[in-house]
Amino acid sequence: MACRASLNLHVRVTTRQRSERSVAAVMTVPMSPVISLDGAGKVYGNTSALEAVSATIHPGQFVAIIGRSGAGKTTLLRCLACATSLTHGTIRFGDVDLAHLRGRGLRAHRQRVGMVYQQFNLVKRLRVIDNVLVGRLAHLRGWRRWAALARRFSATERDVALRCLHQMGLLDRVWQRADTLSGGEQQRVAIARILAQQPRVILADEPVASLDVLNGRRIMDSLRRVATATNLTVVATLHHVDYARAYADRILGLRAGKLVFNGSPVDLDDARLVDIFGELPEPLEGRDATRLASLA
Amino acid sequence: MSMLSGALLGVDAGPAPQAPPHASHVRRNLFATLALALVFGTAARVIELRPLELIRDAGNIGVFLRGYLHPSFAHLGEYAWQCVVTVCIALWGTLLAVTIAVPLGLLGARNVAPHRVVYFAARRLMDVLRAVNEFVFALMFVTAVGLGPFAGMLALGIHTGGVLGKLLSETIESIDPGQVEGVAAVGAGRLHVIGFGVVPQVLPNFLSYILLRFESDIRSASVIGMVGGGGIGFYLWDTIRAFNDREAATVILLIVVMVMAVDVISSRIRRLAI
Repeated sequence: MACRASLNLHVRVTTRQRSERSVAAVMTVPMSPVISLDGAGKVYGNTSALEAVSATIHPGQFVAIIGRSGAGKTTLLRCLACATSLTHGTIRFGDVDLAHLRGRGLRAHRQRVGMVYQQFNLVKRLRVIDNVLVGRLAHLRGWRRWAALARRFSATERDVALRCLHQMGLLDRVWQRADTLSGGEQQRVAIARILAQQPRVILADEPVASLDVLNGRRIMDSLRRVATATNLTVVATLHHVDYARAYADRILGLRAGKLVFNGSPVDLDDARLVDIFGELPEPLEGRDATRLASLA
Repeated sequence: MSMLSGALLGVDAGPAPQAPPHASHVRRNLFATLALALVFGTAARVIELRPLELIRDAGNIGVFLRGYLHPSFAHLGEYAWQCVVTVCIALWGTLLAVTIAVPLGLLGARNVAPHRVVYFAARRLMDVLRAVNEFVFALMFVTAVGLGPFAGMLALGIHTGGVLGKLLSETIESIDPGQVEGVAAVGAGRLHVIGFGVVPQVLPNFLSYILLRFESDIRSASVIGMVGGGGIGFYLWDTIRAFNDREAATVILLIVVMVMAVDVISSRIRRLAI
């Protein structure tokens, strides 16, 4: 029911682009991969951060990337976001090879990819609404781009931003400065900014690592709800296996830059976990574990 | 009695790890002190530092200052007007400086400059503007636009532009890159990234620097008149050179009042704006 409600809301949010991407239409298109990795490798100096990673990610999937610190999770995500380039192999976003993106093409790619960061990366001195309106910048055309430099946005853009904030339950925080919000609220503003951006894929780099379990669950619920409602693809690096099991459709396990697991959460047994982490990772404890397990 | 209690009681930490060898800093400190003493001693010889003469000739200073104890207010209105002119020189000079500093500061910041060559050129240009004193610029502009406040304003604006540009570029280089990355990640163009990711982070510091430089420009503008840059400086120079101590005392008094007033006002503005 909640999913249905949020879907309706998001459809209203994206009314002006409805002709291009009807939610219903997207959900019925044939599942050609949205992201294809073919032998992707990245070397920093003498250290190999990624080694010959090959995988495909389909529209609407919620993919979790797990692994120990330094396993290459963030490097993989940064390569997908074009924040850094591969040393070997290719990454294709739809039909586009990311290796050849420069200037306007790179900006267009970034518009299609929404990033969620561990440290939220909001502009702290700006108000919440202005942070969400940042998500609209790449959609502005003509003189409106110049007007935006003076924080002048059209009523339509403001309406979109307010609806995104409403969807994240933050309408009462619209005029506050971002740095006055709690960590969980800041992360929800970051997701509202992505909703305003209207991307095809959300890349989340440890989105709950800076949050307590309750707030972490809210953020993951929000991501899951948005992804389900709008058929967005989500790729998230996660520290806790329990989150990955509870929310992901598919899990990629990295160990020392190599892809050692690529399957559904039900296939992630203890032996596979040892393959990924070298030992069994400590599970969440008490009520938090029960809550997450009930979602799995 | 043991200092440990609770959970730590009975815990055996094993043999204590060996402390790293303690490096003696005595020799290094002694060397640094001697080096500093040598530098300051040489500098004292260069500037002919003779503090005893200050005490020996204290009587002369007393004679000189006695003339300043009774300021003359005969030309107070004219001096007050020249103080207004001085503030106007500083105001427009600071505005010109900001106009120069914003583009130079952005292009001279490593994390914003579009190319290394542009960064290098902007940095060197700021070096030149800062290296040449405002008095030298004033002499240059007096020959170009004639005696008066306009030459003073140009001189102050160009020199302060270099200083503010340098401060702005340093501030930009120390901002949180995460906030900029957050804006760039939505596909925003370069100007939008600067407008939304950089400007909000540097604005409070930059405003503070502008106000500080404005105060500094007031002080500079009050003496730049000595070389023909207009304002109260001309009268200060004229009265001192003519040994008209009572008039000079009035001018100095007005300059002190003006600087104090500007300091109070700019402090209030800083508190309101930041």
